Amino acid sequence: MIRVEHLVKTYGDIKAVQDISFDVAQGEIFAFLGPNGAGKTTTIKMLTTLLKPTSGRVEIDGLDPATHQNEVRKRFGIVFQDPSVDDELTAWENMDLHGALYGVPRKIRAERTEQLLKLFELWERRNDPLKQFSGGMKRRLEIARGLLYTPKIIFLDEPTLGLDPQTRNQLWTHVKKLNDEEKVTVFLTTHYMEEAERVAQRIAIIDHGRIVAQGSANELKEQTGADSLEQAFLALTGSSIRDEGAGSVDQMRNMAKMFRGRRPR
Amino acid sequence: MTAIYVLWLRQIKRYIRSRSRIVASLGQPLLFLLAFGFGFGPIFQKAGQGNYIQFLAPGVISMTVLFTSIFSGIELIWDRQFGFLKETLVAPVPRILIMIGRTLGGATVSLIQGMIVVVICLGAGFRPGSLTKLPTAFLFLVLIAIMFTALGTAIASVLSDFQGFQLIMNFLVMPIFFLSGALFPLNGLPRALKILTIIDPLSYGVDGLRSALTGVAHFGILTDLGVLSVLCVATLGIGSYLFSRIQL
Repeated sequence: MIRVEHLVKTYGDIKAVQDISFDVAQGEIFAFLGPNGAGKTTTIKMLTTLLKPTSGRVEIDGLDPATHQNEVRKRFGIVFQDPSVDDELTAWENMDLHGALYGVPRKIRAERTEQLLKLFELWERRNDPLKQFSGGMKRRLEIARGLLYTPKIIFLDEPTLGLDPQTRNQLWTHVKKLNDEEKVTVFLTTHYMEEAERVAQRIAIIDHGRIVAQGSANELKEQTGADSLEQAFLALTGSSIRDEGAGSVDQMRNMAKMFRGRRPR
Repeated sequence: MTAIYVLWLRQIKRYIRSRSRIVASLGQPLLFLLAFGFGFGPIFQKAGQGNYIQFLAPGVISMTVLFTSIFSGIELIWDRQFGFLKETLVAPVPRILIMIGRTLGGATVSLIQGMIVVVICLGAGFRPGSLTKLPTAFLFLVLIAIMFTALGTAIASVLSDFQGFQLIMNFLVMPIFFLSGALFPLNGLPRALKILTIIDPLSYGVDGLRSALTGVAHFGILTDLGVLSVLCVATLGIGSYLFSRIQL
C-alpha cells in the first residue's frame, strides 16, 4: 500500500531524510519511531503530497504523490502533529467542513460527527468556538475529525501527544477497530514505545534521517538483546537528547494574540 | 462545488464573528472621507472641479475594497502559521477549487465592507448620478474585489510568514491606492506619474466605478471593464498556479 525507495529530502545543507526505504502492506499497522527531528514528519509530508522529495520514489496505492496529487489525496486521511483546526469556528463547524471537503454526504456527516464528538466527549461543547477550548480538547477534536472519513490509509503523526490516557485508549481502540473491520492501513509515528508495541505489527526506527532498524517489536528486542522496546530504542538511537529546529510559529502565535487583543493562554 | 461553498462560508463566518475587525477597518475610509473630503473640498471647488465628495467617494469605496481584498488574500499566511492550511491542502479536492473558494469568500467580505462604506459616503453627502447604473457600479466592485483577493492569495502563497508583509504594504498596496486616481483627477499629470497611473490596475477600477456612479470617466467605461476583466482572469490564474505549488 505504501512503498518508499531511497527517499531523500534535503533543505540546503540540512539532510532531513537520507535514503530511506520501506514497505507497508495493505491492512498493516506500521509505526515510525524516532527521536525529535529524526525526519518522521518530513517523511509523512512527502507521503501526503505536502512536500516534494529531493530524490527517491514514493508509491501510495501504486501512485506517486508528487505527480498524482489528487488521486493520492483521495486515498488517505491524516491526523497532524501540529494543530490544523480553525480556532474561529466551532467544534461542529470544523467537523462539518472537514466532512464536506472529503465528500461525506450531509446526513452521514451529521451522524458520524455526533458519534465521534460524543466518543471524545466534546458533544456538550460542540457549539463553542475552538478558541475557548483547552489544548487537550483541541487535540481530541483533531483526532475525532481525522476519523470522520474512512480512507484506505490513515496517517497519524504523533496523535497522542498531550492526550490523557483515557483519550489515548479511545483512539487506539478505534484505530484497531478500523484496521480489523475495514482493513484500513495505518501509518503512525509516536514517542510512546508501549503504544507502538501495543498496536503496530511492524516498527521502523528512524534516526538522523535514516532507518536504523525495522521489524516487529519482538524482532527489534532480539536484535538488540533488550528486554523492552524502550531499551531497544535507546540501544539503537543512543541516549543523547535532540533539539528540533525552532520555527517562527511560536513567535507568530504571540504576535497574533497581540493583534487580536487576546490574553495569552 | 461543495468545497468552494464551504470554504466561502468559512470566510464569511470568520468575518461576521470578528466585530472588532469590522469596526477597525471602517476607521480609515471614514478618516479619508472626512479629512480629505471636507479638507480639500473648498480648493477642489475653487479649481473649478466641482464637489470633491462626489469625486472622492468612489475612490474611498475602491480603497476599502482594495485593502480588505488584499488582507483577505494575505490571511492565507495566517492559516499557514496556525495550521488550518494543511487541512485544506491534503483534502481530496483540486487545489484550484480551494483557491477559488477562498478567493470568493475574501471577495465577498470586501464587498460587504465596500457596501458599508457606500452607506457612510451617502451619509457624508455623496449622491450617485443615476440609479440605473448602480448594477454596473456593483460589477466594478466585484471585479476589484476578485482581482485583489487573488493577488493577495498569490503573494501569500510565496510568503511563509509576515516578514515581507510591511514591504508589500509600502511598495505595492499603498502605491496602488495613491496612484489610482482615487484622490485626484488623472488629467494633466507629469509624464512619469501618468505612466504609473496607467500601469496601476486600480486606476481602471476607480475610473469605472466613478463613471458608473457620477458619469465622469477618464479612460472610458468599456476600457475599464476590458482591462479589469483581463486582469481578473490573470490574477486568478497566477494565484491558482502559485497556490497549487505550495509546499509545507
